Amino acid sequence: MNIIISNSSDKPIYEQITDQIKNMVMSGQLKEGMPLPSMRTLAKDLRISVITTKRAYEELERDGFIATMVGKGSFVKAADTRLVREEKLKRIEGLLAEAVNVANGSGIERAEVMEMLDLVYGNGE
Amino acid sequence: MSKNAIEVKNLTKKYDGFLLDNISFDIPEGSIVGFIGENGAGKSTTIKAILGLVPADQGEITVLEQKIAGETADKKSNEKWREQISVVFDECNFSNELKIRNINSFMKNIYRTWNENVFMEYTQKFSLPVDKKVKDFSKGMKMKLSIAVALSHDSRLLILDEATSGLDPVVRNEILDIFREYVVDEHRTIFLSSHITSDIEKIADYILLIHQGKILLMESKDTLIYEYGMVKCSKEQAESIPEKIVIGREDTEFGSSVLVKDKESLKDSGFFDRQTGEGIKPVIDRVDIEEILLYIVKHR
Repeated sequence: MNIIISNSSDKPIYEQITDQIKNMVMSGQLKEGMPLPSMRTLAKDLRISVITTKRAYEELERDGFIATMVGKGSFVKAADTRLVREEKLKRIEGLLAEAVNVANGSGIERAEVMEMLDLVYGNGE
Repeated sequence: MSKNAIEVKNLTKKYDGFLLDNISFDIPEGSIVGFIGENGAGKSTTIKAILGLVPADQGEITVLEQKIAGETADKKSNEKWREQISVVFDECNFSNELKIRNINSFMKNIYRTWNENVFMEYTQKFSLPVDKKVKDFSKGMKMKLSIAVALSHDSRLLILDEATSGLDPVVRNEILDIFREYVVDEHRTIFLSSHITSDIEKIADYILLIHQGKILLMESKDTLIYEYGMVKCSKEQAESIPEKIVIGREDTEFGSSVLVKDKESLKDSGFFDRQTGEGIKPVIDRVDIEEILLYIVKHR
């Protein structure tokens, strides 16, 4: 299992961890029932604070990706794809809103933006 | 993590020209707490009081569930409890004529839980010379020796006072890794003072800041790094930042730097969208522990 932490990223470290573990669950690299490293081992190996790993695991638990059992550790739960889809949709909406903002601010027409979107998708012709 | 390894309540200690002024803080079990402050701010006095090396004038101190200062303090020395506390100071206290082998047999008699194998492993890991006497050790070697001794018996609390300050970066980082290893066991706690804030930033879960005998800050490192920020803007813009989030401020001829907490609230308030006078748009930078220390101490 690889987890890569960037200290220069604007994304908080706990979020970098949750994102990567979520992706691994989504892609099936981490399967249901598989144990995750303990928070303290993960903190030691990634050279980060236990508070950070604890927060990451708590968010993963809240989002239904893992389950933590006292004394036994944390395990992967069956991936709830609906949740992830919703999250991604929200992110797309945010990015599109930003694009529309830029367009409105500089008088670029809606049609032109739509055209660009088609182009990005690769079926603009 | 609900238990505390150390609890200090209203501790006061007066010396000629120095006052440890009614300080209170808790060190949660299983955490690494970095204790920062200028020279003479009161770090060593606080640590000595926690270890019972200087008597408190007032206040209560509880270490590993045993009250060592206060009204109902347990004055009897309790060997088993003592042994669970490891201490490393910035100087090495071993007799100059001893070799590693002598220190090992000496410690075997002092600590009932002394673990010879662990000690030998550390001396190898630290490449400490077995045939040299302590007086011929370098400063770094002496410090590694003290740390090896501190970690070679069953302890739950490791207290270090400026222990890594005289060491080179390679050795310091080796030692930081060993500290991380130590707290993989969640019942173990580290309380370390250092003025090398970059070390503290690398390793601590919480930061405790003391200044002129007063505790000015006890906060998790993540909060400091993600919620504190340095706003760079014009002087007029600096005036409009709500006072309750301002921690420190420095003005120059060319603008202001303002250390704020809860930087998100500033983003939401529209502060960054308002452009004043010369059309300067404020920016917000991430801060490190050193800047936070500097702004709290100097630019409050």
